[in-house]
Amino acid sequence: MTASESELYDLAVVGAGSAGLAGAVTASELGLSVALLDASAQTGGQFYRHPAPVVGAVRPEALHHDWSAYADLRRRLAESDVRHLPGHHVWSVMKDEEGGDVWAVHAVTGADGDGERPVRVQARAVLLATGAYERQLPFPGWTLPGVVGAGGAQAMLKSGLVLPGRRIVVAGSGPLLLAVASSLAAAGARVPVVVEASGYLQYARHPRALVTNPQKAVEALVHGTALLWHRVRVRPRSAVTEVHGTDRVEAVTVTRLDRDWRPVQGSGRRIECDALVVGHGLVPQIELATALGCATRPLPDGTSALALDGLQETTVRGLWAAGETGGVGGAQLAGAEGELAGVAAAARLLGRPAHGGRVRELQRRRDRMRSFADVMAATHAPGSGWPCWLTDDTDVCRCEEVTAGTIRESVEDLGARDARTVKLFTRAGMGWCQGRMCGPAVACLAARDGAADLPAERRPFAVPLPLAALAALDSPVVHQHEGRAAETETQSEPGALPPADG
Amino acid sequence: MARTPAELVGAQPDPPFEITFDGRRITARPGQSVAAALWGAGILAWRTTRGEGRPRGVFCGIGQCFDCLATINAQPNRRACLVPARPGDVITTQEGHGHDRLRV
Ligand code: FES
Repeated sequence: MTASESELYDLAVVGAGSAGLAGAVTASELGLSVALLDASAQTGGQFYRHPAPVVGAVRPEALHHDWSAYADLRRRLAESDVRHLPGHHVWSVMKDEEGGDVWAVHAVTGADGDGERPVRVQARAVLLATGAYERQLPFPGWTLPGVVGAGGAQAMLKSGLVLPGRRIVVAGSGPLLLAVASSLAAAGARVPVVVEASGYLQYARHPRALVTNPQKAVEALVHGTALLWHRVRVRPRSAVTEVHGTDRVEAVTVTRLDRDWRPVQGSGRRIECDALVVGHGLVPQIELATALGCATRPLPDGTSALALDGLQETTVRGLWAAGETGGVGGAQLAGAEGELAGVAAAARLLGRPAHGGRVRELQRRRDRMRSFADVMAATHAPGSGWPCWLTDDTDVCRCEEVTAGTIRESVEDLGARDARTVKLFTRAGMGWCQGRMCGPAVACLAARDGAADLPAERRPFAVPLPLAALAALDSPVVHQHEGRAAETETQSEPGALPPADG
Repeated sequence: MARTPAELVGAQPDPPFEITFDGRRITARPGQSVAAALWGAGILAWRTTRGEGRPRGVFCGIGQCFDCLATINAQPNRRACLVPARPGDVITTQEGHGHDRLRV
């Protein structure tokens, strides 16, 4: 090995959830040097999010499904040589200009990315396991304090052990709602009702996907039983179409929906509560890959995922992806894909064929779970009538406070046909979150018929970063293999975030 | 049956500590984010929007939405859902873009 090669990791893994952990430990066990970068202080990703060690939780598994799978990955990580880099917010992955076949993974550090110095990790291959974020559909009152994303409520509960209220309505679409409702109830909240916009009948139309994924049926049964136990009602084909309150949630209106998610006139019913937890499925977080030109594929729910080959490689050679970045399918699927990517990357870099039996078994498991994920996505895809929930003064873009009326005007009077044009006319999606919260909704409103295919995610930077991090691109701290950090004198300015609307 | 999330997971944490929110004392538990500590005290909003001056707090809970921006120890625009609470932290409601004091 030459001196310059010793400064390189074989594999950089971005994201320490189920997929990233499985990929990192597998690749390491097969002989690769691996760096594992993640924004959080702890591994586990969103699914296995848990309290910090100082909380001394003796039963962290009480808030989790399948905790033993995570415990196993965590043990393998501790026993491995993987260099875990927590608190690293990756904002860009690029091919190193001088390095030929070398990737550079750029990150800012600290709890919310405003920490010390920017960091660069170099590797011969990259595995993206950045997961997903929540899809939100706007409705009157959704900006009131006390309205919280379903994933957000789950995250705050799992790591902070807190609830947004005592009497919490759960609404939206997708299986996450059942999981969230049962953990909120188990943690002491009263959940009067789970409001699901879709019906569950669709699942029955795909018996094969159900029969071959019995663990999903068991999961549903576990949540269903927990909900019964806590006397939580589930109301399908309904939505929260309005939140009441001036400075915080006081009540919600639950309305029945027709097949296309249009409210049924006169069916609205007021339910008192002090918080509303809401979410409409998950959106793959793929901007690090699309910035590199990776091809995407449309999912049955209108979102886009990365297009991957049989061994989890993206259309860009040397860049693998696993878990929700390839389509939302849950922690078990993510684990299988991460392992497969780890095996494939190791085979490529070590120049030997992957073990056929293990690869075929992983592929079988992956394909089986993917087929269920597709049924799930199709079942909970937003119906074309959901924009009927919006009044003209409903904020659609939370950051820039752009209303549905303003967006409709830009479509009807100014001729906007896509989210990009709406953004130029109205500033929707130009704020801090760069359209992560309103993007899907704006795309639907711009498409007029209410059901746009989401454009693939494109953002110049995957996380906000101090200008100094860009200025320091030539001389960041380089995390080297074998732990020798070549420090430089570059300083970033904490808090010097660029204007998000620049 | 568990009454609180902490009971559910059998938390045996290090001793709690104090932070302040707009001058009011609040108890935080070690390991909590600033946002979690505020929720724990029943506070759901700690920012007002630039345009309409509307109250906001945590929405996404995982660092994506920027609704939870707070001024923490005189530093504006910190994502309260990501920043760990530390003893003696001074949290203040962030108004607008948080840079009003810089205006000339
Ligand atoms: S709640 Fe969304 S960034 Fe903190």
